[in-house]
Amino acid sequence: MLLTLLPFYPLVSFLLLISLKKRLSWSQASVLSVGSMLICAVSSFILFFSLASSEQSVITSHLWQWFSLTAEALPPTSLMAASTVNFAFYLDELSAVMICVVSGVGFLIHLFAAIYMRDDENFNRFMAYMNLFIVAMLILVLADNLVLLYLGWEGVGLCSFLLIGFWYQEKANVLAARKAFIITRIGDTSMAIGLFLLFNSLGSLNIQEIGSLATQQWTIEGEQAYWACLLLLGGAVGKSAQLPLQTWLPDAMAGPTPVSALIHAATMVTAGVYLIARMNALFVLSPEVMTYVAWVGASTLLLAGFAALAQSDIKRILAYSTMSQIGYMMLALGAGAWSAGVFHLMTHAFFKALLFLTAGVIIYALHHQQNIFKMGGLLKKIPFESGLFIIGLICLMAIPGTSGFFSKEAIIGQLWSSPTAGTSLWWCAIFGALLTSIYSCRLFFIAFLGSGCSEVQSGKSLKHSFDNHSDVSQHTLLRSSLVVLALLSLVGGFFTLDFTGVFSTADNGNMSNQVSLAEPLWLHTVAIATPFVGIAFSWFYFKNYRITNDKVNPPEPSSLNAITRFCQSGLGFDWLYSTLIVNPFVFIAQLNRRDIVDQTLMTSAWYVTLWRDVLSFSQNGLLRWYAAAFAFGLVMFIGAWLL
Amino acid sequence: MMISLLMAGLMLSGAFAWYRESKKEDSARGIVLLALIAAAIVFIFHIMNSEHDFSNLIIITQHAWIDIFNIEYALALDNLSIMLLLLTFLLALVALLISWREIRHRKGFYYFNLMATITGIIGVFTAVDMFLFFFFWEVMLLPMTALIAIWGHENRHFAAIKFFIFTQVSSLLMLVALISMAYLHQQQTGRLSFFYPDWLALTLPATTGYYLMLGFFIAFAVKLPSFPVHSWLPDAHTQAPTAGSVLLAGVLLKTGAYGLIRFVITLFPQASIEFSPIAAMLGLVSILYGAKMAFAQTDFKRLVAYSSISHMGFVMLALFSFNHNAYNGAVITLLAHGLSSAALFALAGMIYARVHSRDLADMGGFWRSAPLMGGFTLAFVAAAFGLPSLANFIGEFLSLVGSYQRFPVITIFAALGIIGSAVYGMMLFQSAFQGPVKNTFIDLSIREIIISSSLLTALLVIGLYPNLVLQFSFKGVM
Repeated sequence: MLLTLLPFYPLVSFLLLISLKKRLSWSQASVLSVGSMLICAVSSFILFFSLASSEQSVITSHLWQWFSLTAEALPPTSLMAASTVNFAFYLDELSAVMICVVSGVGFLIHLFAAIYMRDDENFNRFMAYMNLFIVAMLILVLADNLVLLYLGWEGVGLCSFLLIGFWYQEKANVLAARKAFIITRIGDTSMAIGLFLLFNSLGSLNIQEIGSLATQQWTIEGEQAYWACLLLLGGAVGKSAQLPLQTWLPDAMAGPTPVSALIHAATMVTAGVYLIARMNALFVLSPEVMTYVAWVGASTLLLAGFAALAQSDIKRILAYSTMSQIGYMMLALGAGAWSAGVFHLMTHAFFKALLFLTAGVIIYALHHQQNIFKMGGLLKKIPFESGLFIIGLICLMAIPGTSGFFSKEAIIGQLWSSPTAGTSLWWCAIFGALLTSIYSCRLFFIAFLGSGCSEVQSGKSLKHSFDNHSDVSQHTLLRSSLVVLALLSLVGGFFTLDFTGVFSTADNGNMSNQVSLAEPLWLHTVAIATPFVGIAFSWFYFKNYRITNDKVNPPEPSSLNAITRFCQSGLGFDWLYSTLIVNPFVFIAQLNRRDIVDQTLMTSAWYVTLWRDVLSFSQNGLLRWYAAAFAFGLVMFIGAWLL
Repeated sequence: MMISLLMAGLMLSGAFAWYRESKKEDSARGIVLLALIAAAIVFIFHIMNSEHDFSNLIIITQHAWIDIFNIEYALALDNLSIMLLLLTFLLALVALLISWREIRHRKGFYYFNLMATITGIIGVFTAVDMFLFFFFWEVMLLPMTALIAIWGHENRHFAAIKFFIFTQVSSLLMLVALISMAYLHQQQTGRLSFFYPDWLALTLPATTGYYLMLGFFIAFAVKLPSFPVHSWLPDAHTQAPTAGSVLLAGVLLKTGAYGLIRFVITLFPQASIEFSPIAAMLGLVSILYGAKMAFAQTDFKRLVAYSSISHMGFVMLALFSFNHNAYNGAVITLLAHGLSSAALFALAGMIYARVHSRDLADMGGFWRSAPLMGGFTLAFVAAAFGLPSLANFIGEFLSLVGSYQRFPVITIFAALGIIGSAVYGMMLFQSAFQGPVKNTFIDLSIREIIISSSLLTALLVIGLYPNLVLQFSFKGVM
């Protein structure tokens, strides 16, 4: 019952907010939306613990039958004639962790957003979209079949579109929203084709049935498993902003900061990771695609790391960092380290939400200044927020003891000896960790150390900017949501997640293979030392950012060298895609705007008109014309007869 | 008998409304509204209380009409036609409500034409004597042409003539095929017959069957419309008055699909299977070409018109896949597209009434002044690009799942239409409602809210609980 109702709390809140619109005051609207999230979060925790304590490893809830498909032309061994697609929820350890992350972090971000966005004239609409997003995300996570999962999948895409373009009057935001939607849609289409393939070869779209049927009927490294996994991977890279469909995420930062925290860091972008983890039974059948997954993750994390090094916008740095952390999750999945991947998903949700929200407070305090070169010395001016940001950064860098450390270590530790990953990917991950610590330090040194610029408000006036129109309690609420996130980021590594029920087959399959490769002893030492190497390097390399007392001059675009500019543009993918795909498409579409087929057909009309004109000209009623024509015809006739 | 009475009643009420309008200003629309509601209620009650379950074609009326040629006045119903008739009634009401304030001159004649079109459509969906079918096919065409030619936009005469000629030429082919079938029947049984169930019993020689099938196919493909013969549609849609566009997109196109199901595939199963790769290709090209053309348009209505071509491509592909899922998908797509494109045209009309332009370049930032309208537009655009939980998704999904089985490669390319629809859908929505504010105007009126919300509710209900429709078996093909 608890499970059935879970997505309906935010749904009710969404419907009320949308239908009552501005009739609700700020406090009513926030109590409604945040309250529904609170109920949601509490129910999720209850579900999580009841699942952990109870005998059964799965809770299901069947709402209604959506539609049924007839499976034709199946091998006669299969007895299912009709396969039903239900509105049904399926809760196991994996989805239980996910709903806790979604509704728990979601609740904290809603709380933050209710205060952060209170002055926006469309506050109610904003909260309504956020609630709708949670509904879709919960459906995505809880779906027991791939079609329902696809419903949630498209739903979160739509909400992401709406929220990126929330400030719809800016042209740039509108374009960013469109870009995000269309690029993820490309991935979605690949996933949809994957569903067609799965249904037509297995006769079911239920996730559990697919797993067991595929294990029975398909051979390892078979053709079908290969294509099915590859197509699902296509969906995952779209949603999770991985190579080659990663270009939408940095632009998606056009949305309000709570949106970036909730959708583009903590929850939606990890949906691709969730999908692959959910379909693990399928992916183990295709080690080749597993290797692709690992390589997609590795190349994305390196690409995003380089790109993050060259950014000057604080939100874009965090966006690229998100991309690279999801790259780690993908790498883990590709290596068969399912639990580690999902673990990193959880810890990343904590510390990245913290980083984004704190960045939001800082941006707010600096009058919507997002350029880190115009910041500086923030540590002294707003120590509290800076402290929180530092906590987020050390988790991101995976300094030992923090949650990021535990999860990242768990991933890196399994790479070396994994049959589908291997040593080269291990080195990629280590190098990625080095990049992570370098760009984190760069961000920290530029924005928080050094001397500030004149426009920075002091910490007190920051408080005032919230206190002006509200009482201190709201400021406390805002801060408390940040503090809770910070605590979670610090201790999140000690949560033990037990995924034996979900990944047992998958993990064991890998265990049996991993005998040959002996791990060298220095492996863990290197992994632990890497972030410190990065810090030490940055300490010297970014020296002038760190200690200079003068205002740091933001580099002019022209003064940057080619490599920096290349990195800043996200390694040129935007340019590549617009030259190769977008521009030719638009060009052809514009060329044929008048519809060539129509014009061809209309030439027949033109001929008819032409002949009408010729003939009607000949019927002009002038006697001398007729006489002349008659004489001319007679001459021709006689001439022809004579010759 | 009941259907005949309904048709007569609607036709007479149209004539009466015309007459009343000449006596008293603005009386026609009320009469027509009452007549339509009454007809819909009578129809629904009749179906509910019928002893048949309509899973097969049930002949409900059969009278001799033109004895020399054995032409009969015969009507029949089955689940498919009932479903399409319900859609017709709903959209007729929507069309009427849209016309409520939009039509300002020659109102009486307008409502008469509207009713005549609806009567013709009802006839098309029920006639089982092929001559009668052809008769209704023409009845529905003429008043529609009048609607475009008299109450349309700036280029209405051209559009009306184009519409008329396209349909007329193609129905000529159908007429030839129809008469040949009747003679074929005479050859085989010694008796001329236009009666559909008689034709079902015929055994057709392969080559002849193929050509006759083509005759019907072309006629219905023009109406659907399918790729190379689609070009009447953008003009007709763009120039028609809003109610005309709603009826055109919502119901008239469906008569093409209905014809394909009822006549092409059912009468010529063998020839259709032979022909199916070509038809599937045509469907695929329609999907992609329609989507690409929609993207290039700057006219709101023209964009929606091209998107209709794209959506009807899915129907074509699904129907010629000869798969149960695909067939169900085609039926759902028919209903869903009827609702969603009708809704988008209705919204185009509402915007036109406010800013007097259909050009997307003149639009922008409408959300600020009309959030409600924006919300509805977004929902209908989302329906058009197949957002799950709205009806169109079920249709597209079932169609593609089914057609994948028979035409995997074509289906994979057809799935690219999912991207295409998102591209033009988002472009449409964003250029009208987002971006810098170019116009401000009042939001939807109560009447407009009723129109939009009833269509949205229907889309949501079918999208979330498609078994409402799918529980009926549509034995057109299987």
